[in-house]
Amino acid sequence: MIPAVKVFLPLRVLLISMIAIIDYGMGNIHSVNKALEVCGARTLVTNKPEVIRSCDMIVLPGVGAFDDAMQELEKLGLVSVIKEHILAQKPFLGICLGMQLLFETSEEAKLTKGLGILKGKVRRFEARKDLKVPHMGWNSIKVASPFFKGIADGSFVYFCHSYYPEPKEKSVIVATCNYGIDFACAVAQNNVFGMQFHPEKSQKVGLRMLESFIKLC
Amino acid sequence: MLTKRIIPCLDIKEGRVVKGVKFLGLRDAGDPVEVAKVYDAQEADELVFLDITASFEKRRILVDLVEKIAKNIFMPFTVGGGVNDIGDIRNLLNAGAEKVSINTQAVKFPELVTEASERFGSQCIVVAIDAKDITDPDNPEHLKWEVFINGGRTPTGLDALDWAKKAAKLGAGEILLTSMDFDGTKDGYDIALTKTISEAVSIPVIASGGAGKLEHFWDCFSKTQASACLAASIFHYQEYTVKDVKTYLQLKGVAVRL
Repeated sequence: MIPAVKVFLPLRVLLISMIAIIDYGMGNIHSVNKALEVCGARTLVTNKPEVIRSCDMIVLPGVGAFDDAMQELEKLGLVSVIKEHILAQKPFLGICLGMQLLFETSEEAKLTKGLGILKGKVRRFEARKDLKVPHMGWNSIKVASPFFKGIADGSFVYFCHSYYPEPKEKSVIVATCNYGIDFACAVAQNNVFGMQFHPEKSQKVGLRMLESFIKLC
Repeated sequence: MLTKRIIPCLDIKEGRVVKGVKFLGLRDAGDPVEVAKVYDAQEADELVFLDITASFEKRRILVDLVEKIAKNIFMPFTVGGGVNDIGDIRNLLNAGAEKVSINTQAVKFPELVTEASERFGSQCIVVAIDAKDITDPDNPEHLKWEVFINGGRTPTGLDALDWAKKAAKLGAGEILLTSMDFDGTKDGYDIALTKTISEAVSIPVIASGGAGKLEHFWDCFSKTQASACLAASIFHYQEYTVKDVKTYLQLKGVAVRL
């Protein structure tokens, strides 16, 4: 039995795909990494183009300013790496700011354009007396995609943002949330996925979503 | 619908939970990770860790702790206590904290709030305000609160309402509002204070100080614009679980996550 195990282990390791979590100085990489590990993924936290190219999936997390994030990605030479990865039909997941960067422009950004992989823009919530901004806390979502298989309609996930995406093509919207308006809180187009909420902070529901993502590969 | 949040608060000293936590069935009641897991199971919406360590080693210990918590629980948490500069904030966020709370340093150097929110986003910068009632007895109609810093030891002369508005303008994404008059009394939240501040700012306000009964949470949510209620002793001494509070609030018609 012992030699069999010895052979089996390396093979198994080779068979599990590798996820690159892009570390571009935009916060909270740690939680995403741990959550993916708990879901059984093999991960690499990196900002090296050659390492990211060798991975099967990309996760782009991030909180903070749109301009800073795009400038960091440019500086690290990662914009083309991400675009090549997506063109090659390999799975990509953007979380929070990482999702917003997929779009063409943002009201927040004065200097830079987004990755432009999805058509549309990122807008700011308008604060009202009964609508505090940032949208912060647990809100229920309406799911409309097989990607969210096993996630009940009305499940609660954790949000923490002042901007939200407004896709030009409604067909990319796979989940919506209501905060003053109905907005797209998750998008998908072929191999590209984006979540405005934080699956890595959304307890069991969030971990289940990440598990589904890992299974794409 | 965005739900109202119930947030247990844990005081941390030298990397351990203090304040007489009496959880049953815990291997080590002082381990923040173990305590966090208990609250996670009770469906707490967030956690707040307030570091009260005075030692020199403080920052490293706190960052280590945040890493350990983030490895073990997948829920949002805020860390505060002695946050001095951009470097402290960056380290805590990178270690896995969702939000960082700034108190004394925000009053002393308001530009820190702006710099931090521009760099990391407003959504992760919480300004904590400790407020004390200084209403003139001869003019009881005109309620006034003063901001205190250094753990409530130092008066600042700042009006709490003015400071809250300014903090929001500076870029804070949330206000953690503690009533020094009600804190620890278990007589309920300071409704007048919470109402005044939460109606005046467009960012979320967390009410803190005074929770002792289930009714106090309902009082706060029904009479003020608070987005969340923070509580410590009511949960630590196991009078109620977070779930008890949320079940009660749901019966009252408050939107909670259950």
